[in-house]
Amino acid sequence: MSGSHDQAEPHGAHGDDHAPHGSLRGYVTGFLLSVVLTAIPFWLVMNDILGNATLTAIVIMAFAAAQIVVHMVYFLHMNGRSEGGWNMMGLIFTLVIVAIVLAGSLWVMFHLNSNMMPDMHRM
Amino acid sequence: MAKAKAQAQAASVPAFYVTGDDHAHSGGSTMLGFWLYLMSDCLIFAVLFATYGVLGRNYAAGPSGADLFDLRLVAVNTAMLLFSSITYGFAMLAMDKGKQALMQRWLVVTGLFGLAFLAIELYEFAHLIREGATPMRSAFLSSFFTLVGTHGLHVTFGLIWLTVLMVQVSKRGLIEANRRRLLCLSMFWHFLDVIWIGVFTFVYLMGVLK
Repeated sequence: MSGSHDQAEPHGAHGDDHAPHGSLRGYVTGFLLSVVLTAIPFWLVMNDILGNATLTAIVIMAFAAAQIVVHMVYFLHMNGRSEGGWNMMGLIFTLVIVAIVLAGSLWVMFHLNSNMMPDMHRM
Repeated sequence: MAKAKAQAQAASVPAFYVTGDDHAHSGGSTMLGFWLYLMSDCLIFAVLFATYGVLGRNYAAGPSGADLFDLRLVAVNTAMLLFSSITYGFAMLAMDKGKQALMQRWLVVTGLFGLAFLAIELYEFAHLIREGATPMRSAFLSSFFTLVGTHGLHVTFGLIWLTVLMVQVSKRGLIEANRRRLLCLSMFWHFLDVIWIGVFTFVYLMGVLK
């Protein structure tokens, strides 16, 4: 344990405004938005509402992206100011790497697959 | 005495380091460090998602997602994780108000939702394996079990962590170290819910589409 301030007054008097813990309103808003953003994609897929697989895939990916933003803002309390902006920096850096990993893998492996097709000799 | 002298010096000499004392309490940068850990965990999942994206349609003449997945079960599972997220949020609100007993009760509820999620996932895995859809069956199933299993392992460790922290809080109360740990677990838990959004969208919903 790290010393005397552990026994200090129970409610952080050390000005921890850099770690906002959210509010009841924020959590409930995030939860309700998440429920809607989860229910619609399940409904679209389970009842085959759109009748087109590609269109459905694009729509549910858009819903997933929206819900990830909702979770980041309302549950993980992301904003450009927390930890002096370094949280956001870390997130942006990670998203760039994630995009490269995903897009790069799919792109390379798709071309590898189509170039290794059994009917290559007909080219 | 020495500090006053140092400050007097700092006023005359340009300082190339932070002279402020605002992070003197332990764990001042723990939240940032834990966030960076979560970002590295995010990269692990990115690699597993990429693997699934590449191999997810290689069925080796075996069953496909449309044959195997029961979306109603997945919907229930998603609800469990979402409920556990909001109950953890309620626990954090109780912690902010210093209501330890209320916080512990919300943590118990969170743990039960987490356990329900794990139980449903294990039931699903057992069901798949009983039908012969084992990880050895096809590249699709290998990447499926690796991705979803890694997420499930994270939830398992989150539950162990949750239990340990509840014991810590009951023994030592809401001291600052415990608050910090609970906030880290809060980030971990909500982060797992974010990963699950990707899992149910890319693996389950898109796996059922033709």
